[in-house]
Amino acid sequence: MNPTAILLATFLLSITGLFAFIWSLRKGLFDTESTGARTIFSPGEIGQPEEPSASAEQQRQLEQVAAAHAEPARGVAPSEVAVREAADRSSAFPAFVLIACAVVWLIVASAAGLLSSLKLHWPDLLTEQAWLTLGRLRTLHLNAVAYGWAPLGLLGLAIWMLPRLLQTQLQGGRLVIAGALLWNAGLIAGLGAIAVGFSAGMEWLEIPWQIGGLFAVGGMLIGLPMALMLQRRQVHHLYVSVWYVGAALFWFPTLYIVAKIPGVHFGVEQATMNWWFGHNVLGLFYTPLSIACVYYFLPKVIGRPVRSYNLSLLGFWTLAFFYGQVGAHHLIGGPIQEWLITLSIVQSVMMIIPVVAFSLNQHLTLKGHFSALRHSHVLRFIFFGAVMYTLASLQGSLEALRSLNAITHFTHFTVAHAHLGMYGFVSMVIFGGVYFAMPRILDTRWPKPILISLHFWLVVAGFSVYMVTLSIGGILQGLILLDPARPFMDSVAVTLPWLHGRSIGGALMTFGHLVFAWHVVLITARSGVLTHSDRGVIQAAAA
Amino acid sequence: MENELKLVSGAMVALSLATAAMIIVPFLQLKDEPAPSALKPYTSQELRGRAVYMANGCIACHTQQPSTTGAGIGDARRGWGRASVAGDYHYDEPPLLGTMRTGPDLFNIGVRQPSADWHLGHLFQPRAYVPGSIMPAYRFLFEIKADGSATKEERVVALPPDTAPLGKVVVATPDALDLVAYLQGLKHAYPVLTPAQAEAVTRLLPAGRKAAPPATQATTPEQPAGNSDAAARTKP
Repeated sequence: MNPTAILLATFLLSITGLFAFIWSLRKGLFDTESTGARTIFSPGEIGQPEEPSASAEQQRQLEQVAAAHAEPARGVAPSEVAVREAADRSSAFPAFVLIACAVVWLIVASAAGLLSSLKLHWPDLLTEQAWLTLGRLRTLHLNAVAYGWAPLGLLGLAIWMLPRLLQTQLQGGRLVIAGALLWNAGLIAGLGAIAVGFSAGMEWLEIPWQIGGLFAVGGMLIGLPMALMLQRRQVHHLYVSVWYVGAALFWFPTLYIVAKIPGVHFGVEQATMNWWFGHNVLGLFYTPLSIACVYYFLPKVIGRPVRSYNLSLLGFWTLAFFYGQVGAHHLIGGPIQEWLITLSIVQSVMMIIPVVAFSLNQHLTLKGHFSALRHSHVLRFIFFGAVMYTLASLQGSLEALRSLNAITHFTHFTVAHAHLGMYGFVSMVIFGGVYFAMPRILDTRWPKPILISLHFWLVVAGFSVYMVTLSIGGILQGLILLDPARPFMDSVAVTLPWLHGRSIGGALMTFGHLVFAWHVVLITARSGVLTHSDRGVIQAAAA
Repeated sequence: MENELKLVSGAMVALSLATAAMIIVPFLQLKDEPAPSALKPYTSQELRGRAVYMANGCIACHTQQPSTTGAGIGDARRGWGRASVAGDYHYDEPPLLGTMRTGPDLFNIGVRQPSADWHLGHLFQPRAYVPGSIMPAYRFLFEIKADGSATKEERVVALPPDTAPLGKVVVATPDALDLVAYLQGLKHAYPVLTPAQAEAVTRLLPAGRKAAPPATQATTPEQPAGNSDAAARTKP
């Protein structure tokens, strides 16, 4: 097979497919005031910010910011409020289960990550127990984030958003809870397997397939209610968040099942599959779910629809086409086909299109409303996440270039980059989403808003220290690795001060997470969540 | 967009394209790739050692892919061997390519460090052998016994002075011995090109790169790297 021909064909096919889709979907969407973008607002609601974590004073300030740029909101009809309230009630318990589990896994993952970081510069710390060795602990950290905190948090927010987006009640809430239980069972068993030394040996796929199957089944159960709700939806137009959630819910089980089929993959092909999965679980699962959250929460908080609906379309389809093929940039210079690496580099650079489309759109939407950042906790987290997405993705495109990759490949710089995406973007968006959704789920306010500010500044400070130190350390390490005149140990020695710095950053982040988790406990206790469901039953019986 | 069917089918088409490019075509291209004749299958002890390597996440810090770019070129010039090719991983289930060089690449560690004593002692306390190393000490792969109480079958690790606790000896567990057997077996010093292929590759090189010794010799680990990456770049 002629590599150039394959490469060219795939590329042309992607481009053609892309334009075909944009053409087929753009009808009527070129108006500046697109009706599609207004789907998430009830009639008369535009100009009215929704910020459940805000105090009365902050809410007033937000309304002022919004009022300067829009017609004063006419107010929402009581019937519309009732529909949204019913949607929120229907999703409350399943969404709460998913988010609460996510918070637990966040703490587990932070502890494992922080200890791994410490062990990297204190290598004689805790060496007696096999499960506490760096290689296992780091793997536990990765898996607790990749299969615990991030997906459960994002799925919780997705399940909470969908009834609102489709203006219907959650269908099949029990499926969600069953799926969440299966997923958690799989994760507990999977982390246990890694801790005792049963590892499948591939990064991101260490959990053995016998256990990992639970993720595929659990994920499908959590995704099924979307299919049920789509049939009962009261909206004609599917909002952009629904596209991302819908696609991600189909993508993840496919990815996981293909990656885990036993007995099919072999030799180096396993490595290409490994990075097809590794990068697609980022690009086609966490990323679209997080983008869906940004597209919902950001407009809601400032009370203004997304500016350019066309950019959303372009962003969605280019993400779908280009992101899937970028994985082989993890194997630049490796023992796989050169055409495959080139293909991935090309598609990595093409990722600039969806990222710029997304960033531009958020910027245009927020334009004139930046002062809202001072009054909204949710917006701070979401905005920070959106900016980090832009940075992470542009950095990724650059890192895929052979010339820069020569320095950063195999170094701590890659780890910093991974955290820019999974933490700066995904985790910050989840935090923002939880601060928005939790008061609605539990029907009460956050008890101590000061803790939200503390959480924000702790993780932003910690994250900045983490990124700066580890990126510098990684580049210095890479430069020494390139130079054959320097002994290998120089590349280790040069990173040490930066690894200490990373631990300090990680400790601040972990401390921020403890504040966050404590606040979630407080709001749960305040709401009296256990008595709440009883009340629902009583009300239903009375009606 | 109003049609969820369109949405989902479009999304799945995009993913299928990616799957075709990154899994199916590589599968078809590589499935008949033979093992290099000089590459031996793992012994059962090496396979057990490989499982220990996977269980302890050695991949977190060590690659097994002397690459043709960047640090890989640096390593080749350090004399760590030619770049790897797909066939080198014929018996690997799965290949442990890795993504981090916090520690050195281990593709040819068996060539650089052939001694089992070195490996055992280094696993027990890396800093006794490599000052400044940040590799974890793998204490749990060893038992510490009173001096003289180790039986004849047990492998007492020869350690530098002051590494073992006073009056005690360090005995390697079977896991440690298996792991060391695997590490000693990581040798890929054999050539992957036939002399004729190497000749052809050399002819294709730009003039500036032809000065070095012929590419056939370029496949031993000790050679200067100029052509080892060149030879590996054109995969057979």
